[in-house]
Amino acid sequence: MSKAFSAIGEERDVERDEFTPGIEPQPTWCPGCGDFGVLKALKGAMAELGKDPEEVLLCTGIGCSGKLNSYFESYGFHTIHGRSLPVARAAKVANHDLEVVAAGGDGDGYGIGGNHFTHSARENHDMTYIVFNNEVFGLTKGQTSPTSPKGHKSKTQPHGNAKDPVRPLSMSLSAGASYIARTAAVNPNQAQEIIVEAIEHDGFSHIDFLTQCPTWNKDAKQYVPYVDVQESDDYDFDVTDRREASEMMYETEDKLYEGTVLTGRYYQDSERNSYQAEKQQRGDMPDEPLAERYFDEDYEWERSYDLIDRHK
Amino acid sequence: MTDDELIWRVAGGSGDGIDSTSQNFAKALMRSGLDVFTHRHYPSRIRGGHTYVEIRAKDGNVTSRGDGYNFLLALGDSFARNPSEHAVYGDEEVKPLSENLDDLREGGIIVYDEGLLDVEDVPNFEERVEENNWHVYPLDLRALAKEHGREVMRNTAGVGATAALVDMDLEHIEDLMSDAMGGEILEQNLEVLHDAYEQVNAMDQSHDLTVPTGEHDEEQVLVSGSHGIAYAAIDAGCRFIAGYPMTPWTDAYTIMTNLLPDMGGISEQVEDELAAAAMAVGASHAGAKAMSGSSGGGFSLMSEPLGLAEMTETPLVLLEAMRAGPSTGMPTKPEQADLEHILYTSQGDSHRVAFGPSDPKECYEQTRTAFEIAWEYQIPAIVVYDQKLSGEYRNVDASFFDREPNPSLGKTLTEAEIEEAAHDATGKFERYQHDVEDGVSPRTVPGQKGGRYLASGNEHWPTGHIAEDPDNRTAQVERRLEKLDAIHEDLEDRDQQVVYGDEDADFGLIAWGSQQGTVEEAVARLNDNGNSVKALGVSDLSPFPVEEVRAFVDSVDEAIVVEMSSTKQFRGLIQKEVGGVATKLSSLLKYNGNPFEPAEIVEAVEIEQNGGGEQPTAQTTLEPAAGD
Repeated sequence: MSKAFSAIGEERDVERDEFTPGIEPQPTWCPGCGDFGVLKALKGAMAELGKDPEEVLLCTGIGCSGKLNSYFESYGFHTIHGRSLPVARAAKVANHDLEVVAAGGDGDGYGIGGNHFTHSARENHDMTYIVFNNEVFGLTKGQTSPTSPKGHKSKTQPHGNAKDPVRPLSMSLSAGASYIARTAAVNPNQAQEIIVEAIEHDGFSHIDFLTQCPTWNKDAKQYVPYVDVQESDDYDFDVTDRREASEMMYETEDKLYEGTVLTGRYYQDSERNSYQAEKQQRGDMPDEPLAERYFDEDYEWERSYDLIDRHK
Repeated sequence: MTDDELIWRVAGGSGDGIDSTSQNFAKALMRSGLDVFTHRHYPSRIRGGHTYVEIRAKDGNVTSRGDGYNFLLALGDSFARNPSEHAVYGDEEVKPLSENLDDLREGGIIVYDEGLLDVEDVPNFEERVEENNWHVYPLDLRALAKEHGREVMRNTAGVGATAALVDMDLEHIEDLMSDAMGGEILEQNLEVLHDAYEQVNAMDQSHDLTVPTGEHDEEQVLVSGSHGIAYAAIDAGCRFIAGYPMTPWTDAYTIMTNLLPDMGGISEQVEDELAAAAMAVGASHAGAKAMSGSSGGGFSLMSEPLGLAEMTETPLVLLEAMRAGPSTGMPTKPEQADLEHILYTSQGDSHRVAFGPSDPKECYEQTRTAFEIAWEYQIPAIVVYDQKLSGEYRNVDASFFDREPNPSLGKTLTEAEIEEAAHDATGKFERYQHDVEDGVSPRTVPGQKGGRYLASGNEHWPTGHIAEDPDNRTAQVERRLEKLDAIHEDLEDRDQQVVYGDEDADFGLIAWGSQQGTVEEAVARLNDNGNSVKALGVSDLSPFPVEEVRAFVDSVDEAIVVEMSSTKQFRGLIQKEVGGVATKLSSLLKYNGNPFEPAEIVEAVEIEQNGGGEQPTAQTTLEPAAGD
């Protein structure tokens, strides 16, 4: 166990309630919002994994989804719109013993933060990214989002959205995420299982989490029935095979807009090195977390004066 | 003008090794006991174009580039001589010889590579040579290099020729070559060096210029502004940098990136500058001392994470290496017109600190200050400099760098201290307490027991949770502002402004950043010629040293604000911060992409002292004071 960070790596039984704030702020989410499903599943997963709330850093973006860490007790960083990933992955680089989770909405992750999503997946940081996909901009009152269906009418798209929606799972695969899943707020058991797997996976885990927005979009009923592609006899593919995963993702993305909700695990590559492992192999990252050093009173800090001979 | 100095210009194309050749030559001059100062000029392209480096060497303090130059080594452009490029690039192949040739001082020396350059292509070459009493020594440097080794060694031949012409001993040059290379390459280079030296010595020499001699009291090192910044970061315990390449910030970024891995540090090259600054915020939040930076365009993208760092009170140092704008502007040319950009970018009332150092030593000192302030007061600090200072080399006492490191995280608690610290009724750590000394509320780091809190870009309660309560809002705003007052006081003790010249003068000059050294030389010249002027160099840009600047302006009848900006940004800042001084301040502006030369400042002072109203002959602009 670390001297500076004793919350990290402690072996103990953790109760789900430890992730509930002592004075729980009144959630700003609407009744029936899918976001409650993410909160519940995340608390359950963290408790199941025995994580101490103080070894967890939950970084969020902006929007209803960004409020997640207001209702989840841990270290938290409520960042800015679209930027949860660079903040989160840098925290992981500075202290790789932390359990880092990033979360945000579909506009946050697939729109304004799309570049960060692509590159974070490509770098394969050992962290989990949960995208609350409700197919709409909720908090700003129902505008069309990157996952809104083609033809979606809103105050910003009065003649209907001319664009095809983004393909979150396919994007993630081609960008380089090494664990990719889709789950839904209406399926809490599967959601918790998937979050557990995502956290345990040693690499960048991306969960496209369908969260109904009863005010602006759909209510929970519209995500039911959902199909778990692993449990259904209609689908048979190998999650470790890129090609098969890719085809299954494509079909899943199309089907959502035809009214069939497919969920489950889509891709996992357990062989690929995490970013940390790659950097360490190249001598580009220390074995001990960098953050520890600032609390080590015996550390002998290098000086520029020791480099000065090259300038003589 | 007496030539008690050598101003050696080596000109050629990008990719011809001008940079490394000039650096070694500058070091040789430094080792011989002279003070040196370099100025580089290069285009935004990989190969070809017109590039030069000037080395000014003299006995005693050099703070600026000189006026013109007195020795030209024209190497020829290895790219432009490609016949298939001829049609596109026109007469570029003679540029090393023809470009800015009129800036060569009377009686100056020209060595050119006659294997590549033909004086027939330089308009009126013979007449100009005669008129200016230039001394021309054609040498087939390329052939000479090929004879002993490879064509690229023509730079070495040029250095050998230079040494012979200015009576410079080859010892230091040979030593430096031996440090940098070995084996056959070294042998061949030494042969080229000696052959060129001997060939030139065998020529009839008609010039007077010789290299000055000097002596240093102690061992010197040759460093650039970017080294000053990077070494300060190392000594401040910064072990994390994130960035995206952009000229000229890449200089400092590259130095850090090459040093950090051996110190257990981490450098990240990421998708864009927005991510770079956001990553520095994330790493700092997690407990590392972190930095990022860019040049103007990239810094635009950092506006968001800068505001986030201010609101979450995450310590952070950002660099801004200015170049001429707007937009892509002139990527490899200096300007000081990002001043307002760094002071005001990002929404809301800002809480940032900014320093504008003037030379490599100030780069070091003020970057150290930036780290100390950022971590002590939990606030972003910006070091703003420019293309000139970034790559400008000067000699500095080696002992200057003999400092103690300071990796302190400021008011960051240990787990033992957290137990004693403020928590709310439910046991949540109060990261943002209302009433704390200097407005600084102690912080914790993720992973620490008992320290959990929420950092949020939204306004927040003491525990970090989002709040729009008016009383809390007022308390938090005022606490964050209180930090700036405390920093202002802290900076007063550090005394980072410089006044030089004649103390009793009633005519003043005010400058900031990289132009200060040039102003300093102009002031010395004016005072040597019986004039009476003084100058103020300002480094603290935010919080602004109001009292010091006011005292300076009060002590003179009028002052010229010297800056590389067409919109008088620095003068505007002084007027805004100090107030009531607008009628005393005129401006000397330059925005053609080249830094000031001392003579241009001297000229402007003389015009103003003669009542003003005239425009300078140089490519500078004088703008009168308000009401004039």
